[in-house]
Amino acid sequence: MTPFEVPLWAALPAAALLVLGSLLALIGSAGLLRLPNFQARMHAPTMGNTLGLGCILMASMLVASGHGQRMVVQEILIVIFVVLTSPVTALLLMQASLYREKVERREADRH
Amino acid sequence: MNLVLPWAVSFALIALALGMVCAALRLLHGPAAHDRVLALDTLYVNGMLMILTLGIRFGSRVYFDIALLMALFGFVGSAAMAKFLLRGEVIEP
Repeated sequence: MTPFEVPLWAALPAAALLVLGSLLALIGSAGLLRLPNFQARMHAPTMGNTLGLGCILMASMLVASGHGQRMVVQEILIVIFVVLTSPVTALLLMQASLYREKVERREADRH
Repeated sequence: MNLVLPWAVSFALIALALGMVCAALRLLHGPAAHDRVLALDTLYVNGMLMILTLGIRFGSRVYFDIALLMALFGFVGSAAMAKFLLRGEVIEP
């Protein structure tokens, strides 16, 4: 079975979703590089984390379903896991940045 | 005949590699420690997307398991580093 032998109804939406998802991930990473302070940098990669991941996983589901002539839905596992865990990481990082800024300000006041 | 999917896969691989370069630059000269943790988080998500795209390219289901494991261990690493920045230790007694 060669890799690209998928029917046209699966190939066209999968290609569109791949381009869209990778562009979203690229824009999120460029925002992480370009934005000025940490609070602004925090929100940029979440776009790639959620919508870009959803698009690429949907494309993967479409291609795998086109291969096997049956529905393949295991990618939903990754979506559920990332949707559950990425807010936890963001919350912990934001708390850490606030705490460290407070400590630095207290040190600067003391000297 | 059907050339749109290989083209899209190549485009996605190039875009994700550029995103990983952006995250790696932020990881190298991030001003604070939490910037570096955030850059590492973005880097593993981009790498996971690249593994999934390679799974589409080669038509194998093994890449899905790799992506699932990357999601699991990436979250554990990011959460542990953020907890370390917040409290000074990871597992509290």
